[in-house]
Amino acid sequence: MKQYFSLQQLIFIIALWPIASIVITFLNNDFSANPVEEIIRHFGKWTLIFICLTLSITPLRRLTKTNIWLPLRKMLGLFTFVYACIHLFSYIGLDHHFDWKLILQNTIKHKYIWVGVIAWTLLIPLAITSTQKMKIILKDNWIKLHRLIYVIAVLGVLHYLWLVKKDITQPVIYGLIIGILFLLRIRFKKN
Amino acid sequence: MKKILASEITPETIYQNRRSFMKSAAAGTASVVLGSLFSIPGSANTPSSDKLTRYRDIISYNNYYEFGTSKEDPSENSGKFKTSPWSVSIEGEVEKAKTFSYEQIIKDFPSEERIYRLRCVEGWSMVIPWMGFSLSHLLKTVTPTSKAKFVEFISVYRPEEMIGQQSKILDWPYREGLRLDEAMHPLTIMATGLYGKNLPNQNGAPIRLVVPWKYGFKSSKAIVKIKLVEHIPITSWMNASPTEYGFYSNVNPNVSHPRWSQATERRIGDSFLDPRRPTEMFNGYAKEVSGLYQGMDLKKYY
Repeated sequence: MKQYFSLQQLIFIIALWPIASIVITFLNNDFSANPVEEIIRHFGKWTLIFICLTLSITPLRRLTKTNIWLPLRKMLGLFTFVYACIHLFSYIGLDHHFDWKLILQNTIKHKYIWVGVIAWTLLIPLAITSTQKMKIILKDNWIKLHRLIYVIAVLGVLHYLWLVKKDITQPVIYGLIIGILFLLRIRFKKN
Repeated sequence: MKKILASEITPETIYQNRRSFMKSAAAGTASVVLGSLFSIPGSANTPSSDKLTRYRDIISYNNYYEFGTSKEDPSENSGKFKTSPWSVSIEGEVEKAKTFSYEQIIKDFPSEERIYRLRCVEGWSMVIPWMGFSLSHLLKTVTPTSKAKFVEFISVYRPEEMIGQQSKILDWPYREGLRLDEAMHPLTIMATGLYGKNLPNQNGAPIRLVVPWKYGFKSSKAIVKIKLVEHIPITSWMNASPTEYGFYSNVNPNVSHPRWSQATERRIGDSFLDPRRPTEMFNGYAKEVSGLYQGMDLKKYY
């Protein structure tokens, strides 16, 4: 029990890396020529990475036939939400200075933005119902609700795919990873 | 007799500022506030100050897919690119086709400093002190025929030195084009330097086009061939995505791009706390160039 607790603590500290690395970049004055874009991209990338990490817990658990990973899923899921929030608010606040009219116009006109907004919105009920208490209250509905993460993952990749100008390598890599994580689930179910 | 256009004469205020820039550059600060930019009297009524973008930012934040698709790729991957020997051939609908060596260009067409805003289609902008000369001087030497309606710019194809050309991101070599009158406009320059030095490889060395009222991708880098043609040329970006990149690609805050809003821009070098700036029609050069598009529906001809 004690050991398992420290694993969680360790992962928690590691999971703070995206924030730490931005702070280090700031302190070293090491930003690229466009720091605002860099921050938005940084947290967008880490949101996708944390979606992948969250989705890898179930296959990992079945592969290793142990439940020690399970509490990590909740934590990684919450980190996904936190990074998605920082990503969104750096777009709204840092880049657009809360110019809601412009933000609204952009959101309507550009499909990559509204897909991102939908994905973020869908994360909210998952974050709210992430506690043990909610799991007990919602029972089977909790599992159904949390299947939204599959939708969110797909929307997240689309968000990235529709943003890039020509080189789709990066979004395709995330798409493939998420696809593999999906396939692993189906396989396990069959077995 | 060679006619000197008013717009080709650097206003004295700029000259003075340039002196102060030289001083501050010597003191180690690579930027200076300029009251107005080269031949942009209209900017007097825009409150935003057009400060020169830091040299460091200009040479490290580039879109130059021949060297990779991320912004830092060109500065990292262009070190081995050989810019000497270099020549530029001018051919097509001309009376006397010519091939100029780089040295000959430098000798025959004296460079002057042109401080221009650069607006990228992705929604960011810079202010760059180019060294260059009006393209019209070069084109006049070959005497375009009456059939010449457009000018096509073909960039170098050297996949062994340009890692980005090893993948089919765009159809190489990079091709761009202008209407002849756009190419002859005095603001359209061939640049060979920036900040008083030779062009760094990542900025399009040894010679590139700069068309300040159009999105940055119209300003081809590392040009080896200029072709005068009768019909509208198909550019690399038009080929890649015709609905996103039109032939004209004039900076226009009212025509949105499917990926980026063009109403505002982030000026490179502005702080976190600075808001985005409103994008100006023709990138602030409307007074000089809007005559070229009289009666044209710019929403249709984007």
